[in-house]
Amino acid sequence: MLEVQNLCKSFGSLAVLQGVDLQVETGDVISILGPSGSGKTTLLRCLNFLERADEGLLRFDGAEYAMHKAGKKEIAAIRQKTAFVFQNYNLFRNKNALQNVTEGLVAGRHMPKAEAVERGQQALAKVGMADRAAYYPHQLSGGQQQRVAIARAIATRPKIIYFDEPTSALDPELTGEVLAVMRQLAKEGMTMLVVTHEMAFAREVSNKVIFMEQGQVVEEGEAASFFQAPQKARTRAFLGHMGGYAPLP
Amino acid sequence: MISQRLLDILLDSFGKILIPGLTMTIPLTAISFAFALVIAVATALVQFAHVRVLRQLARFYVWVIRGTPLLVQLFVVFYGLPSLGITLDPFPAAVIVFSINEGAYAAETIRAALESVPVGQLEAGACVSMSYGQTIGRIVLPQALRTAFPPLSNSLIAMLKDTSLAANITVTEMFMATQRIVARTYEPLALYLEVGLIYLLFSTVLTKLQRVGEKKLNFYGYQGGNDHA
Repeated sequence: MLEVQNLCKSFGSLAVLQGVDLQVETGDVISILGPSGSGKTTLLRCLNFLERADEGLLRFDGAEYAMHKAGKKEIAAIRQKTAFVFQNYNLFRNKNALQNVTEGLVAGRHMPKAEAVERGQQALAKVGMADRAAYYPHQLSGGQQQRVAIARAIATRPKIIYFDEPTSALDPELTGEVLAVMRQLAKEGMTMLVVTHEMAFAREVSNKVIFMEQGQVVEEGEAASFFQAPQKARTRAFLGHMGGYAPLP
Repeated sequence: MISQRLLDILLDSFGKILIPGLTMTIPLTAISFAFALVIAVATALVQFAHVRVLRQLARFYVWVIRGTPLLVQLFVVFYGLPSLGITLDPFPAAVIVFSINEGAYAAETIRAALESVPVGQLEAGACVSMSYGQTIGRIVLPQALRTAFPPLSNSLIAMLKDTSLAANITVTEMFMATQRIVARTYEPLALYLEVGLIYLLFSTVLTKLQRVGEKKLNFYGYQGGNDHA
């Protein structure tokens, strides 16, 4: 459903992505692991054109795009079918929870307001935030804000959701409530690409894992075999640090 | 000691100063500030959004207006332009100059407020398929105006007092009214203190209004800057 070939991106002289290939099938939940600075976040941001790649070919939903020169209309077409969940939530601070969800539907997709509100309420209910619809972001905990952000993402009915370290700003308790929502989405067949440091999530929820370092994919594979028998020494070292390398019983 | 004569003058002049205050000073301030805000938002936005040419024009406008005295600007428009065949009545001339002058300063305030909105707000807008313009109009600008509200209130109060300069181009506002009474009565100290007191009264009301406005705008509680919960 989504395929990337030879994605390259440099910031000045720093090569952040050095020819990354990626393949995503419908229904995949792929965790992208790796140390800080390995280019995981930049990879996601390039996929949604929040960063402009220097090179790369993107096949998505039956169309093909040259990533370094896709035009405004092409980018808009891609964004219509994707959603992005940020590390810092990035909820609209001047809008309440429900408006955060409906804003993109009404303004970005020209949906009638009543329909958008209905869909917004459904989305909030799905993430367990129906009773907080009228709350502003500052009145919500980090976990609640992230759940609203997820509601905002799913309300647009995307083909794929990109999660950029969705729980990195949260304490363990709040992390749990966000991961529960993501787990539920995965169960329902949502295609998800998740940059994360949550080994348990990567191991239990995702079906594929990608391990990146220095702008390259070091290892990738089925989640079970990746954790049970990582092939590369570098991967084993990383998993050892993260407490994720322990053969499943 | 305050003599009976002085007391009579002060009481008699109070209304004569207050009325031009209500009919000239306040309308001049309100109208000019409203225009200034429109100019300022436009000037700030073309810079924030890096609109070609317009952005340079905006910088030029701010540079010239901030770099020249308000009094000189008033004189150029009211006494200077007639030589080009443009003759304006005092009040509209004052409105034009005050709007343009304040617009340059307020533009910088609003530009700074726009830049204080985290870039993540724009990215979030893009990711839910809102256009750049929609995200600016519905998300970024409202937040920026909230941030800019206190410094803009400051500017409004400053402008209220600066309208006294309009006396120099024959606008019969409070200060000119006072000068006329002084010319008749020769009591400069008492009368200028009196008009100063009336200005203080007006600005006190504005300060109170600012408090109320800030409370109202604070309904979503965000204090700017920090994007983390």
